[in-house]
Amino acid sequence: MRTLREKNKTVAEETLFKVTIDNITIEVPAGTTILNAARKIGGEVAPPAMCYYSKLQGSGGKCRTCLVEVSKGSEKDPRPMPKLVASCRTTVMDGMEVKNITSPKVLDARAGVVEMLLINHPLDCPICDQAGECHLQDLSYEHGKNGTRYEFQRRTFPKVDLGDKIQLHMTRCILCYRCVFTADQLTEKREHGILDRGDHAQIATFIQKNLQNDFIGNVIDVCPVGALTDKTFRFKNRVWFTKPVDAHRNCNNPKCCGEVQLWMRGDEVFRVTARKDEWGEIKEASNGKTGWICNECRFDKKKTTDWIIEGPSHINRHSVISQGHYVGVHKPKETFTAVMHGRDPKLLMNIHSVSEVNKPNIDLSLLERPAHSTDFK
Amino acid sequence: MSRKLLLEKAHVEGIRYYDVYRREGGYRSVEKALKELGPEAIVEEVKKSGLRGRGGAGFPAGMKWSFIAKPEGVPRHLVCNADESEPGTFKDRYLMEFLPHLLIEGLIVSSFALGSNDTYIYIRGEYAWIVDILEQAITEAKDNGWLGKNILGTGFDCNIHVQRGAGAYICGEETALLESLEGKRGNPRLKPPFPAVKGVWDRPTVVNNVETLAAVVPIINMGGDEYAKIGVGRSTGTKLISACGNINKPGVYEIDMTISVEDFIYSDEYCGGIANGKKLKACIPGGSSVPILPANLLLKTAKGETRYMNYESLSDGGFASGSMMGSGGFIVLDEDQCVVKNTLTLARFYRHESCGQCSPCREGTGWMEKILHNIEYGKGKLSDIDLLWDIQSKIEGNTICPLGDAAAWPVAAAIRHFRDEFEWHVLNPEESQKRNYGLAHYADAIHVPVTV
Repeated sequence: MRTLREKNKTVAEETLFKVTIDNITIEVPAGTTILNAARKIGGEVAPPAMCYYSKLQGSGGKCRTCLVEVSKGSEKDPRPMPKLVASCRTTVMDGMEVKNITSPKVLDARAGVVEMLLINHPLDCPICDQAGECHLQDLSYEHGKNGTRYEFQRRTFPKVDLGDKIQLHMTRCILCYRCVFTADQLTEKREHGILDRGDHAQIATFIQKNLQNDFIGNVIDVCPVGALTDKTFRFKNRVWFTKPVDAHRNCNNPKCCGEVQLWMRGDEVFRVTARKDEWGEIKEASNGKTGWICNECRFDKKKTTDWIIEGPSHINRHSVISQGHYVGVHKPKETFTAVMHGRDPKLLMNIHSVSEVNKPNIDLSLLERPAHSTDFK
Repeated sequence: MSRKLLLEKAHVEGIRYYDVYRREGGYRSVEKALKELGPEAIVEEVKKSGLRGRGGAGFPAGMKWSFIAKPEGVPRHLVCNADESEPGTFKDRYLMEFLPHLLIEGLIVSSFALGSNDTYIYIRGEYAWIVDILEQAITEAKDNGWLGKNILGTGFDCNIHVQRGAGAYICGEETALLESLEGKRGNPRLKPPFPAVKGVWDRPTVVNNVETLAAVVPIINMGGDEYAKIGVGRSTGTKLISACGNINKPGVYEIDMTISVEDFIYSDEYCGGIANGKKLKACIPGGSSVPILPANLLLKTAKGETRYMNYESLSDGGFASGSMMGSGGFIVLDEDQCVVKNTLTLARFYRHESCGQCSPCREGTGWMEKILHNIEYGKGKLSDIDLLWDIQSKIEGNTICPLGDAAAWPVAAAIRHFRDEFEWHVLNPEESQKRNYGLAHYADAIHVPVTV
């Protein structure tokens, strides 16, 4: 009986659907969403997602940035879908044709969504800890329009204190509900939710209780904007001045994977976060579990001696964080052979010390200004 | 005098109570349905009747019923949507308040047809006193063997539970209603899965409006074919219209969908004309979320034909020159009303009632309200009108549930048909604070081009 069920399962898994997104055809297992199929293709074909989070059940469908046009429903029913659909929650059908960046309708609607997301956002990036790793910054840069047509006061909220570890800036929130799902699915006691509705809805805790759970720190990582930030890192540094390093430790908490990213400057650990994949979501840990980390790892282990460092993290070169060029050293290529048309030099001599052209004895530390070419003459 | 099916006995003394209701022929349909017809036959009768959902969307009820999934061992539910919150709509309130047993009777028949042993009435929180009326009716029905275990010896068990909402318009959207019924925050769900497959507690569920379920009673009593003969085309049966605004006789009227809009407004049987001898300027014919029409387009279609009170005729011309039947909330505006102010009021309502899930609706409704506020109070710019148009187009169709559309349509229609009134507000900021734009040309006959 069991083997039969397993067999059925593998058969079901083998059912592949052909889907064409922006004229690129790909085969994906039945039940895959359009967004995940597009992510398999990668690049610009993948719609942006602000609320969908593959690791959180029930997430998605809310922000409407991932809207796509389905120009052909399926092979069986080729009618196009009447409205744009949220690609994160719409599953593919066999023979489906989807237009993302090839549809002017989608680009227009997406620019509209970006504008809506920004009208009440404070745009306080210069003082926001999320700047540099903010999905809303990326989204508005890539899909938004210049300027704003909104001429009214932006909404504000009374401040809510979430304790000494997590900072809530409700004004920056885009109500993606990711933190609510995280609190719901990762911690056993739900103290986190949405109050009110419409544009006055807000994330809050029940009667402003502190969030005490071991894993609640993960809400910081899932937040796409600067609404939930790490109080132990707050205002200490800009992320692009720090260098992300992969590290791990043997965490006693059985649910914690212990694999993290340290954000360092020199030997100082400024911040600890979970590791992220190319879509900005938490990466799978080496043991196959989702890489959630516990509060102890995140907030309390801020010394290099607490960690076993694996090496620099891979950061997308388009990210501002990669501006430090910290990944490896580019050794200049040996040029002799090229200059000498493939022959090796017969004799190499270092004439630097005997040459008087470049003033070998100059002590640059004595100069009170930047060195100039004349200093070496 | 048109035919009445639902409100026929509404004025009988004591019809609210079981004894009188039964004496007047109540609960005959339950006897007929449970003893003579089976569940399939009932669904078939409803299909034949052509009954369309009375909540606003007008989806054929029989078809909706036939979609319900019937997995083995999973209970199914019928949920009655009594969260009547659409501004201008108050027909369900009238039905439940004066004829509670009619709804209970319809619910028993429908529950039997769908196999729902636990049926829910989700009623808006503001209808607090009606909850008592319904619960009393349910108790009376139970005492007389129409509810509970083994009804009429058929082995069918059914209980009806009344659940009060907490005052949110969005909970009238069927999936938000189900979330709220489960005790959660009333956020609409993404579809699919549809409630017919995964509804309340992930069980197959049918959600129907109060009037739809009440209409099942006459359908079973007279037969689907006979019911389909009333009305016209695909608008079969009778429809309750709750008329309000600047008319002489506001109230709930039952119409058979064959009368013209003009007759409905001006005849003494119905609205009795515009109050205080004023002239008709505009009308929202189906509850606040449907497009507003100026007088000339309301009474005649763009082709110059008479417009009738039914689904097809009211939507003739699409949104360019038509509107919708909606939930039957008929709001009449006379020449003294300001369309800008009316639109602002509606925009404020939708801003307040947006659940806040989808960004376009959450942010866009607030933005529209602020711009309309500026225009209404003489601080608007001409570019604001185009901006409003653009914002509504960014909301419409881009949200999870129809509230986004409902918020966008009134604004779109007001600009489409009353743009000069908006412009007048902008160009005459001081005068617009002292007087209204008035009737202007909105009742003038429309030139219909003739091709020879």
